[in-house]
Amino acid sequence: MTMETKLPVEHPLNPLPTAVIVGASSGIGEALARKFADEGYKLALLARREDLLNALCEEINQKAGEIRATAYPHDVTNFDQIPALFQKILQDLQTIDIFVYNSGVMYTIKESEYDFSKDLHTMQVNALAPMAWLDQAAPVFEQMGSGHIVGISSVAGDRGRVGNPPYHTSKAAFSVFLESLRNRMSRRGVHVLTVKPGYVKTALLELAVAKLPPITPEKAANDIYRAIRRKRQTIYTPWWWGTIMLIVQHIPSFIFRRMSF
Amino acid sequence: MAGNMLTKERLYKMENFGHSIEKPVYLYRPTHTEQVADIFQQATKEGFRVGLRGAGRSYGDAAITGGGVVLDFTRMNRILAWNPETGVIKMEPGVTIEQLWRYTMEDGWWSPVMPGTMRPTIGGCLGANVHGKNNWKQGTMGEHVLEFSVLLPNGKEKVCTPEKNKDLFYSVISGMGLLGVLTSITYQMKRVYSGSLEVKAWAEPNLTGVLRAIDEGKDEDYDVGWLDSTARGRRSLGRGQMHTARYLKEGEDPYPYQTLLPMNQDLPDTIMGIVPKSIVWRFMKLGLFNLGAWAANLAKYTMNRTIGNHKTYIQSLVAFTFLLDYVPNWELAYGRGGLIQYQSFVPKDTAEDTFGEILRHTQRRGLPSYLGVVKRHRPDHFMFSHAVDGFSLALDFKVPPRKRAKLAKMTHELNQIVLEGGGRFYFAKDSALTPDVVEAYLGGETVAEFKKLKAKVDPNGILQTDLYRRCFR
Repeated sequence: MTMETKLPVEHPLNPLPTAVIVGASSGIGEALARKFADEGYKLALLARREDLLNALCEEINQKAGEIRATAYPHDVTNFDQIPALFQKILQDLQTIDIFVYNSGVMYTIKESEYDFSKDLHTMQVNALAPMAWLDQAAPVFEQMGSGHIVGISSVAGDRGRVGNPPYHTSKAAFSVFLESLRNRMSRRGVHVLTVKPGYVKTALLELAVAKLPPITPEKAANDIYRAIRRKRQTIYTPWWWGTIMLIVQHIPSFIFRRMSF
Repeated sequence: MAGNMLTKERLYKMENFGHSIEKPVYLYRPTHTEQVADIFQQATKEGFRVGLRGAGRSYGDAAITGGGVVLDFTRMNRILAWNPETGVIKMEPGVTIEQLWRYTMEDGWWSPVMPGTMRPTIGGCLGANVHGKNNWKQGTMGEHVLEFSVLLPNGKEKVCTPEKNKDLFYSVISGMGLLGVLTSITYQMKRVYSGSLEVKAWAEPNLTGVLRAIDEGKDEDYDVGWLDSTARGRRSLGRGQMHTARYLKEGEDPYPYQTLLPMNQDLPDTIMGIVPKSIVWRFMKLGLFNLGAWAANLAKYTMNRTIGNHKTYIQSLVAFTFLLDYVPNWELAYGRGGLIQYQSFVPKDTAEDTFGEILRHTQRRGLPSYLGVVKRHRPDHFMFSHAVDGFSLALDFKVPPRKRAKLAKMTHELNQIVLEGGGRFYFAKDSALTPDVVEAYLGGETVAEFKKLKAKVDPNGILQTDLYRRCFR
């Protein structure tokens, strides 16, 4: 008997894997959303800029021919909204396999500029909001005893350099938070991946001067997806930033504080 | 949205009986109807979904609401009234089948309809409107309900009988907990004069023989066939073993009080007095792969065919009825990926062709069933009725983690074979239905009526399970 029947996508035996991306309207988050969509994921996408987010969802859904991505407009600094929004997303997706925190801001800080409002906002978006989100997500992963938490931190968190104190501080805090989370959760079967991108061609980069060749967000997204599949703990993207940061981390302070980069 | 009910401390990894699905849910285990009413009110206000769960013995996703609240009713398990003269019992939905027979048996009453395991709750059994090995003779469990009260998500509590609130009576029973919560059930038990049955067992060489024997035995008190679903070839396909049983008549059992005592009904917890049953599943696990299951089925059939053939013997009601409880935790033997059951109900005329095609198709796909059971059925008037004037074939399949997609595809193909044979399905067992198949077997009219009734009693769509989202989206 020949019977070629098209299998409906949602089936309890092979349901679509699910992912949440906080900060999905542009850059690495956007590229990652497309990558996950291509790999057959059902997505909850969050970002502040509603129009960009809706356009991305529409594009993904059109390509898939069905609703795969749903937009949840959200400003991560509205900490009070986070628990309710998380519960709504969990109910809509029914379960969460991968949770990605990607949102980030970077201000241009001039030499001798000390502006607490910039410091505060940077810390809120880059360090406190991920804690607020992951404090919601972690208990679910812990109960399920499986899944991936992915934090898009930065090479900037590896050392405090002269250029941008709040950015370095916030990313260092995020990286350490992720490490703590990993140490807590790995014994329960949950994987936590810290991603440290170097220069990636995103809106953020327009504020900085790339001193080394940047990669595309798509390349970064591919690296991240592969790292998830391989259950890596920390990755640099592109990989050679790992070598650079290994050296940078070991530059003694008496030299490092005289350096301009 | 939000609210104080979906707290982290309530998170729980919920699995199905077959251990093939796991979802995070917020778990609540109410003890009183008022708590349920309160949860319905909060759900309406805050927009979260609620799923109802009895003992969690459904094979698929019938009692899981991923990301939502799951109400586990196993603490609402009081027996409210019992009349040993008439055999009428009133109970809460969380009363289990085991609790029921232990309570009524020594007065000489047994449930006219019993599922193959004593673990489920009455609420769950009525939600799925279960049947036993006597569906032809006694119908489904719902046919023996005299009255029930149901709390609807809109806050109203209704009393329903086959005459009063008839539409709710025939749809809440079989409605898979999607219309309301049973809060009390009045049920008619059946008089028995002994705790024992007279059982006849014999082998049949193929599917034709099994179906003919089951049809001939349909007016016995119990009538069931086991199939070797791994057997191939025209001569052996669907070979198996038949069991029929009859209740002992008044006076046949010299000491009925003795045989009706629950203590004398209890199954031994060791095999041959030595091997503890609690470890048996671990040994079964070693044999549950295609070749091992083939060998086990062949060995069983050979035994049935030779030394066990044409035997008549006395067996206790509990041992005969609750065969699935003989090996505790047997479902764990299927390993990490768990198992699913695929049960189809096919009219008498098309059953042989359809079941034959199903068996051949599973063997062709390299995913044979390791256990098959055949029963005889009659239609009923309940909304999500699974029964037909015909036969059912229940097949257990292992879910190897790497072959989930392949198995999903195969069950989808089986759905088409069953539909071509004019067959039906059963939500309590299901892991394979999709909205188009549901509409095809229930009929568009039934689905539309269900949606209309649901919109009336549950206007905010609070009661939702994963099965509901899958089959009625």
